[in-house]
Amino acid sequence: MEKGFNHQRKLIYDRYVRYLFIACAALMTIIIFSIIFFVGKQGLMTFHDVSPIEFFLTDKWAPSMNKYGALSFILGSVAVTMLAIIIGTPIGLLGAIFMSKIAPQRLRSLMRPAVDLYVAIPSVVYGYIGLTVMIPFIRNFFSVSMGYGVFVTAVILAIMILPTIISISEDALNGVPKTLEEASLALGATYWQTLYKVVVPSAAPGILTAIVLAMARAIGETMAVQMVIGNTPLLPLSLFSPTATLTSDIVIEMGNTPFGSVWGNALFLMALVLLVVSLLMILLIKRIGARRYA
Amino acid sequence: MNAKVVNKMAICILWLTGFFILLLLFTFLGYILYKGLPVLSAHFISSKSSDISAGGGVGGQFFNSFYLLFLSLLISVPIAVGAGIYLAEYAKNNLLTKIIRLSTESLATVPSIVLGLFGMIIFVNKMGLGFSILSGTFTLVLLNLPLLVRVTEESIKLVPKSYREASLAMGATKWQTISKVVLPSALAGIITGIILTAGRALGETAILIFTAGTTVSRHMFDTDVMAAGETLAVHMWYLMSVGLVPDRDVIANGIGALLIIVILLFNLILTIPLRIIQKRTGIIK
Repeated sequence: MEKGFNHQRKLIYDRYVRYLFIACAALMTIIIFSIIFFVGKQGLMTFHDVSPIEFFLTDKWAPSMNKYGALSFILGSVAVTMLAIIIGTPIGLLGAIFMSKIAPQRLRSLMRPAVDLYVAIPSVVYGYIGLTVMIPFIRNFFSVSMGYGVFVTAVILAIMILPTIISISEDALNGVPKTLEEASLALGATYWQTLYKVVVPSAAPGILTAIVLAMARAIGETMAVQMVIGNTPLLPLSLFSPTATLTSDIVIEMGNTPFGSVWGNALFLMALVLLVVSLLMILLIKRIGARRYA
Repeated sequence: MNAKVVNKMAICILWLTGFFILLLLFTFLGYILYKGLPVLSAHFISSKSSDISAGGGVGGQFFNSFYLLFLSLLISVPIAVGAGIYLAEYAKNNLLTKIIRLSTESLATVPSIVLGLFGMIIFVNKMGLGFSILSGTFTLVLLNLPLLVRVTEESIKLVPKSYREASLAMGATKWQTISKVVLPSALAGIITGIILTAGRALGETAILIFTAGTTVSRHMFDTDVMAAGETLAVHMWYLMSVGLVPDRDVIANGIGALLIIVILLFNLILTIPLRIIQKRTGIIK
């Protein structure tokens, strides 16, 4: 009798513990919705004073004169992200192929923690290296006057997104069934032909996911970008002229703006743009994941 | 013949890329350590920072970095482990689970500056906590949570199914199975994940500038959670963007080296024994 009662109590306990875990998990949903709600609310208040057309389609950013055109920031963000992807993807993808298919076991077990270390290096340190090493180098090498701008930022970002591209692509490449490889080799293809025509296409959804996540990381990166972009609200017309991105401008201006002012709200609207872009990228990844090859 | 030459060249390029990736990392780490190690001293790590004159240290920031990290892990680890257990052990393939997974993934992709601004609205302004260690802690929790949930879930899923079956077959309830069989087996993996997350949180800047602030308390080693909480990484950024001290390059070099040393410690030295444990218990091969 006593024993049965005890067991009963344990089962009830079991149920409550389960509710506790559900609550923890549901908290993630609550957090993301409150972020969307509060950042969205604060950001959309901008439209009381500034028209969407002015914000998205003009490039004159002068809060002291009530001009809030964020086009140069938006284009700045797009430019550095795209260039970073163009530089970073080939290196990351080749690195992932090397780690997954070519490297001997020992070297592979050295490279995994090395790739993790790339993530662990703080973004201020990346920015600091950009500022103290790469900008002086670019100034001499390309003989430009300042060195700040899209090019140096994209190079730094390309390095920062390497681990994202490498680790996710590597997982995807490891997931390709060995039999596909063997079939291709048996048909007389060289190893490179096999990699290029069979293995990589089979891993394409995973590689695409890697690239999209890398884009999300690049567009949201703040500190490293702010230190090397030049922080001037001008359109990014040259690779070597100072400009600004959404993230870099939020960081330098948020400290000077009263909370709730039009200026402050406009910065929140820029944050909302970043938030919406990153959420869209997650949805895009879900779409890619649903479409399977091989 | 031609295909063979192309093959050789391609393999060669792959090797070069692999070495380039390693070389770039070692150059980065080596450069930072080379510039920063000479700056590090007991005085540098323990004394107060200076606003105007040269020769200041980073004592307050050093303390704040670890204090903030500790507090944020104190809050986020239990919640994340709970959520991870739910996703790994309980979650059925239904709409609720899908929404939770999507939320966790989305939270992991939200740019940290956006999390920082959210923290500024909620904790700094709405809750009236101001630029304080507490505001910084709560915001840092938002960054840690999705990463910790993922590592917990993955570590738990690595535990072989037979362990659970054995426990359940002996009449243990689900919770007994989880707490006495699954969690202990997954513990080494979860702790590794916590250490890696801690390493990332330690270098985080964008999230803390507008929540923990860019100043430190006048008192050294101030454990008051309402005190301003500038961390090492924030200080490094602040020095390089707005700092006035004449020796800011020297201090920034020192902070860079300090951060890299701590991160190497977290990533390599602390996780090695845990990986050995995992291997020995047969959780990973």
